[in-house]
Amino acid sequence: MDVIIIDGQTVEQDPEGYLRKLTDWQPVVAEHLARQEGIELSEAHWEILNLLRDFYQEYEMSPAMRPLVKAVAAKLGPDKGKSIYLMSLFPGSPPKLASKIAGLPKPTNCL
Amino acid sequence: MSENKKSFLIINRKAPYGSSAARDALDVALTISVFEQPLSLLFLDDAVLQLLPSHKPDQIGQKNLSANLAMLEMYDIDQLYVSRTSLEQRGINPDTIQLKIKPLTEPEIALLIKQHDQVLSF
Amino acid sequence: MTLHTINKTPAESGALKDCLSALSEGDALILIENAVYAAMPAYAELFTRLPGSVQGYLLDADAQARGLQDLNPDFRVIDYDGFVELSCRYQKVVSWF
Repeated sequence: MDVIIIDGQTVEQDPEGYLRKLTDWQPVVAEHLARQEGIELSEAHWEILNLLRDFYQEYEMSPAMRPLVKAVAAKLGPDKGKSIYLMSLFPGSPPKLASKIAGLPKPTNCL
Repeated sequence: MSENKKSFLIINRKAPYGSSAARDALDVALTISVFEQPLSLLFLDDAVLQLLPSHKPDQIGQKNLSANLAMLEMYDIDQLYVSRTSLEQRGINPDTIQLKIKPLTEPEIALLIKQHDQVLSF
Repeated sequence: MTLHTINKTPAESGALKDCLSALSEGDALILIENAVYAAMPAYAELFTRLPGSVQGYLLDADAQARGLQDLNPDFRVIDYDGFVELSCRYQKVVSWF
């Protein structure tokens, strides 16, 4: 679990499965991380993952639930900007799970 | 639930990067907002230096605090205040601040502290 | 001759005041970390009574990190290599913190 090899590239994970290095992330890594969590990535997942990566680019932090919902509502519309929709894609804790698959740090201050 | 709410004021007093105070204050602010308690932030003394635009802290191996502060509105933390005197002492024009923030006089700051249930200082 | 390093803002402690009153002719002063804020124009008054032979420097990476742009022109902006070179050139280094 600590080191995975994808397309000949070595990718390190922390004990919770988050990437050690931001720069190790690429789409094929995301697919691998998602499978570890029992998720097959669809277009709907990718919309959220890309939005999260943009969020991190702008604010240099991973969002908790409320700001994530707010960002999704602003970019993808009110139907998707709901916790129930995000829960259907990333069950359990959407901010934690989606940040992990997006190769970002674990959100702090997240219940 | 509403009877359990307490209003919080976080007073920031330290410059960014030289110590962890600015980041600690931000962490506590985000945590309070996740618990949905009413929250205000006041920038006083050297903390007004956190509000200067265009930080480039990668050369000193730190995260960009101004990027993090821009995120406050995504957490619905929009009650932001700054000491007019502290800005003036450092020659900072309030119009150059990129956050939506309200400059306060000293009596207004005293009133702000009085109006909150809990005050945390960093 | 002495190189004085200072890492506190003018407001956060008495370090800068103590440092300024301890300078001698031919010494140098370098602002690092939070002390780079002392090179904001609003603080220029603090440095007007220094001996003319005292050269002031400030560390570029620390000024850039903090978004400082209009700096007191009396301070020469140097990088880490310049800092190392200064530390070697002076007999003593005194840190004010």
